[in-house]
Amino acid sequence: MTDTAAPAAAPRAPALAGRVKAAAILFVLFALFPPIVTAAGDPFLVLIGTRILAYAIAAMALDLILGYGAMVSFGHAAYLGFGTYAVAILSSYGVSDILLQMLGAVLISALFALVTGAISLRTKGVYFIMITLAFGQMAFFFFISLSAYGGDDGYGLSQRSTLFGTQVLENDLALFYATLAVLIGLFALCHRIVGSRFGRVLTGIRENPTRMEAIGYSPFRFQLTAFVISGCMTSVAGVLLANQAEFVSPAFMSWHRSGELIVMVVLGGIGTLAGAIGGAVAALVLEEVLGMATDHWRLWFGVFLVLMVLFSPRGITGLVEQIRRRK
Amino acid sequence: MSRLDITHLTKSFGALKVTDDVSLTAEPGEIHAIIGPNGAGKTTLIAQISGQLASDSGRIALDGRDITGTSMPDRVHLGLARSFQITQTLPGFTVLENVALAVQARHGSSFRFWAPVATEAALNDAAMRALTEAGLEHRAEARASALSHGEHRRLELACALATEPSVLLLDEPLAGVGGEDAEAFVAALAAMKGRFTMLLIEHDMDAVFRLATRVSVLVYGRIIATGTPEAVRADAAVRAAYLGEEEEASA
Amino acid sequence: MTNLFVLQLLNGVQLGVLLFLIAAGLTLVFGIMDVVNLAHGVLYMVGAYFVATFAALTGSFWWGLLLMLPAAVAVGLILEVVVIRRLYARSHLDQVLATFGLVMIANETVKIVWGVSPLSVPMPEILSGSVPLMGPLQYPVYRIAIIVAGLAVAGGLYLVINHTRIGMLLRAGATNRAMVSALGIDIGKLFAIVFTLGAVLACLAGALVAPILSVDTGMGESVLILTFVVVVIGGIGSIKGAFLGALLVAIVDTLGGVFGPILLREVLDPSAAGQAGRMLAPMLVYILMAAILCVKPAGLFGGRG
Repeated sequence: MTDTAAPAAAPRAPALAGRVKAAAILFVLFALFPPIVTAAGDPFLVLIGTRILAYAIAAMALDLILGYGAMVSFGHAAYLGFGTYAVAILSSYGVSDILLQMLGAVLISALFALVTGAISLRTKGVYFIMITLAFGQMAFFFFISLSAYGGDDGYGLSQRSTLFGTQVLENDLALFYATLAVLIGLFALCHRIVGSRFGRVLTGIRENPTRMEAIGYSPFRFQLTAFVISGCMTSVAGVLLANQAEFVSPAFMSWHRSGELIVMVVLGGIGTLAGAIGGAVAALVLEEVLGMATDHWRLWFGVFLVLMVLFSPRGITGLVEQIRRRK
Repeated sequence: MSRLDITHLTKSFGALKVTDDVSLTAEPGEIHAIIGPNGAGKTTLIAQISGQLASDSGRIALDGRDITGTSMPDRVHLGLARSFQITQTLPGFTVLENVALAVQARHGSSFRFWAPVATEAALNDAAMRALTEAGLEHRAEARASALSHGEHRRLELACALATEPSVLLLDEPLAGVGGEDAEAFVAALAAMKGRFTMLLIEHDMDAVFRLATRVSVLVYGRIIATGTPEAVRADAAVRAAYLGEEEEASA
Repeated sequence: MTNLFVLQLLNGVQLGVLLFLIAAGLTLVFGIMDVVNLAHGVLYMVGAYFVATFAALTGSFWWGLLLMLPAAVAVGLILEVVVIRRLYARSHLDQVLATFGLVMIANETVKIVWGVSPLSVPMPEILSGSVPLMGPLQYPVYRIAIIVAGLAVAGGLYLVINHTRIGMLLRAGATNRAMVSALGIDIGKLFAIVFTLGAVLACLAGALVAPILSVDTGMGESVLILTFVVVVIGGIGSIKGAFLGALLVAIVDTLGGVFGPILLREVLDPSAAGQAGRMLAPMLVYILMAAILCVKPAGLFGGRG
């Protein structure tokens, strides 16, 4: 898989500390966001903020395998979908606790990631991208045919998830801060993983799989483990997203969504975690702003993507690397 | 120290037999050198022994245990390590991190997700020891991509040492290294003689005849002679097939 | 039951030849240039819009089809020269991002130019109606025409690839790119030809299918993913694989949707069978893909892993 993305720089200790600082600044800004928009008289923006935070979780989870493992998964929206449908399906069976719903989402995602990852990771490069895309689409079609939950049209949630038996998450502010707490917690987890024994092996496989085999590592086991972890984290974002939207539909898992997640990771700089969070913010804000200015924001977003790839000397991945080297 | 037995090993690419019924043994503790002209199939043979390349037929055994069907990582865990002719490093990692990863493969589980690896003293200490042996301890904090060619060769050796091999396959460790550097490198290898078994592929004849306990000559995928350096040097067939060629070239 | 089977089998074959037309170009672009092209489905959509426009302008499907071809060549060449050419040396991630951008651009442009409401293309008079097949079974002439046209193109491709110099280069390039450059061929030109050929075939598929589908912006997307499955199953770079893969995928998809529930009814009660069938049917091709990859990770005819 290493031929898929240009090798990025390995995490250096000072750079790592810098990234924690960058993430900490982002988290403080997020925490200040609700009081500021409320003071400005736009409290409805809190809900949009929650959406951005949920996508930030998903982008960060994708960065774990895309940036650190050089696995270009084009089917990650499926896990968002598992998260959203875990909320819809479990609450229809009376399981409304958000932690139990997250557990359900993580279990089904782990199973799906284990099976599809094991098949996809036997292949390389273009195959891997296409196969993850195809499996993502398989999940998409499964939920489209799930007529009990609205099929193509989606399914409105009658209420948000409960937390320890309380309905505290019905409050938009509470949901925002709960999402922020999950983001911070998962960032800490990702940060520890990247700096752990496991993370070093994963990054090593990205840099040179032949070298890693020659010192005794089979790439497959490590890549598959990372793939499963990433899928599970993304599904947690899905659980939060369903609560934000109070609605679930297969649209959460279309292949466009998978592409957008990749764009978020790349916008912020692959292999930087905090960058993925920033990238999610940038992409979604850009989407909202362009969306207000024109109905055809996708056109300009597309133009922006193509130009960015064409006019950075070695592509976006190269650009990121250059900036990092200069630091 | 382990014993490596290779029996009737073959490998073909299409119609071309690159490894043709090769049998050889590396006795525990010896340095067994394999020499041969370019294109003799030396690197292919190393790739087969290390498990990077599957063999068409034949048997590879480590201390009598058949390892023919095992993967390269599994062979490393059994004590069979290798160095590459074309340096393979993790370019974005520091020299120390490159070697510490090799140590980590042999010490404890790599499925640890929480504790920071950068401050694991046991890994770093063992990595430093390997670096010191390879003569690269002063570059421990440099990025692998910033190393010179000679330093890359040393890193290659340090990584192999860090896996604590009982048999070490060295694929032209001196390639592109000249003068004093080569001198120091040969001395370092000589100092390791007897600690583990070595199978050495090398073009530098001086180095081979100084280091090797025994020498095998590989020509067009076949072993045409095996013996002590003196015996091989005197072998008429070898002189005709190989050494003569070298002397002509140097003349 | 037999009639239904024959009918659905023919529908499967018809979808299969269309998928083959799209997959043929895609598998060559993957195999020879090693480029991930997410925008390939867009070409299928553009072909349909072209034929709709030209047919409306000229009042004739045939003129529309004829005029579509030079337009498809132009689109293919422009795309290759302006964007794709610059992606050959890039990482797969860059290729994914740039061609994903192209998909967004193309979908929005189509909406701006042609509007959001679906277009329809009138079926040519001579190919409308049905013919009796066997017993009471009727089959639309137009669908038979698609099968014939698709098979004719497949046959033509077979001849080009196996009996011409450029075909020889294509075959060599799909298995060993270094060899083609070693032969002293102008790689840039070869790539441009391959990409344009692929673009024209995808446009042709879109144009052919236009009279029996509504032409809209989403039509390229579902087909793109199915085409990926075809290419993965057939093996990247293999035209033969693309042909067999396309038929396999299309027939499984078509028959599975109809006969899956019927077969399930043998083991489940009718309502459960209907529900399970509806849920399983759209997943069948992906399960097929997974099964084939388990046995052959490089696809049925894939040389490279």
